[in-house]
Amino acid sequence: MAEKVLMKGNEAIAEAAIMAGCRHFFGYPITPQTELAAFMSKRLPKLGGTYLQAESEVAAINMVYGASAAGVRAMTSSSSPGLSLKSEGLSYLAGSDLPAVVVNIQRGGPGLGGIRPSQADYFHATRSTGHGDFHLIVLAPNTVQEMFDLTIEAFELADKYRVTAMILGDGMLGQVMEPVDISRAGNVKTFPKEWALTGTQGKRSKNIVNSLYLEAEELEMLNLKRYEKYAEVGKSARTDNYLTEDADVIVVAYGICARIAKNAINEARKNGVKAGLIRPVTLWPFPKEQMKAAAATAKAFVVVEMSMGQMVEDVELSIRCSRPVILCNRTGGMVPTNEAVISAIMEADRTERS
Amino acid sequence: MNTSRVTIFAGHYGSGKTNVAVNYALWLRQSRPKVMIADLDIVNPYFRTKDSAGKLQAAGVKLLSSDTANSNVDAPSVPGEINSIFDDTEWYSVIDVGGDDRGAFALGRYHERLLKDSVSSFLVVNMYRPLSRDVEATLEIMREIETAARLKFTGMINNSNLGPDTTAADIINSIPYAEEISRETKLPIVMTSVTRSLAPELEASIHNLFPIDLEEYVWQKSQK
Repeated sequence: MAEKVLMKGNEAIAEAAIMAGCRHFFGYPITPQTELAAFMSKRLPKLGGTYLQAESEVAAINMVYGASAAGVRAMTSSSSPGLSLKSEGLSYLAGSDLPAVVVNIQRGGPGLGGIRPSQADYFHATRSTGHGDFHLIVLAPNTVQEMFDLTIEAFELADKYRVTAMILGDGMLGQVMEPVDISRAGNVKTFPKEWALTGTQGKRSKNIVNSLYLEAEELEMLNLKRYEKYAEVGKSARTDNYLTEDADVIVVAYGICARIAKNAINEARKNGVKAGLIRPVTLWPFPKEQMKAAAATAKAFVVVEMSMGQMVEDVELSIRCSRPVILCNRTGGMVPTNEAVISAIMEADRTERS
Repeated sequence: MNTSRVTIFAGHYGSGKTNVAVNYALWLRQSRPKVMIADLDIVNPYFRTKDSAGKLQAAGVKLLSSDTANSNVDAPSVPGEINSIFDDTEWYSVIDVGGDDRGAFALGRYHERLLKDSVSSFLVVNMYRPLSRDVEATLEIMREIETAARLKFTGMINNSNLGPDTTAADIINSIPYAEEISRETKLPIVMTSVTRSLAPELEASIHNLFPIDLEEYVWQKSQK
């Protein structure tokens, strides 16, 4: 039976993590993400888990490294400036092939920026979350229910591939309250961790978790092997499509922008414009094939995002710039209006079919 | 409903205090010429009383809200003009307090002045919130709020809801929860607040129904 509660996005992530078996949370408060840490601080001690408010974001991510190396499901969460601080630790996690779940409830930047919602960390999440050759799996929910569902999936994916999975939300999704069916957690998948530092008990050779390699050849080999794994992950790129079958104009948007785009598409259709939405659920891997397929029949694309234009580059790259791509964006904590998206769709619809 | 000169809405985090307080102020304005609502929330960064500024202004309700509410200034501040609640005694005042004991802390500062006034203080509860799903947890939060706010509640409001998915059955299912809190605390259930669209279905079974209207945001429209 459905079991519904009314939750903030931040709380839904925390509750989902607990249901996924996460008992170790290391965080540091920052608006608009703080409810996540606050929720964990109330719930985890009652479950025999560990909530620890670290002295900084840098400390928190390294605590995740330690907990993960010990084989438990561990998590940290923050908002944009905090993710910059976690970058080093994220690179070390990748270099050590450790699973982890990290949450970024984005706010306006750069710098201290502001506390209003943003999607300006797209590049940071998908391109350069830290130094070196590596990727995170990046999941982009657009409802509070999906924040719950994708968080559970993030723990599964992280363990399955021994990578960091990131939930990339925005302040609006973190703060908004919506009903969540928490009974959907059902069977959470777990994976054996023979590599974990759990003590040999004198019965096996020791495990080592490390990201330092003294021989360049060895490091190159490891990187190549890791990229074979990423290629495997790449096959699971996922979208949620809406009215795309006959669409002349494809709107691409994720997170809160996808919800605005959906409304705008409905309005555009009332005015006779065949518009549809491709909502990437995974931002890395980016759904390149889905974009390419849409470009075969659509005449133009509109990308809606709360940044100066970041995902727009992935759309252009995926379709090899074969169609015009119009950017409809706001930045600095502002949210696009329905009207702006509708007029971008109208503009795209005036494109001559090439 | 008996109305006091000062009405306080407090409760657990996300119980719906702001929505109920705004609607109460609008309702009060229909019978009182001078009504103000004060945002005393020092916890919530988004979804503040200020979101309803247009509606309040149109109805002639004065809004006292921090200049930093809904801005990038992440400062837990309350405006100095809150004191006018106690100075302008011909005004009816509604106070929207922040969630949990942390939010209620801001109210403690006005303890001495509240003692001298005609005050109703209402505990807003929602059974569908994750940390107040049973009576015991709700009562614990209530006691924490009373301690932080230096205030005893005089009534309670059942605002149990699941946001846009709320059905009449969800409201009916919350009645035993609200009644048990009422029995345990001896606080009368002064109202059962529901969205206006649900009111017709519930009028017959709930005597103290208080229909409310919610703010709608751009990304919320027609998601069904």
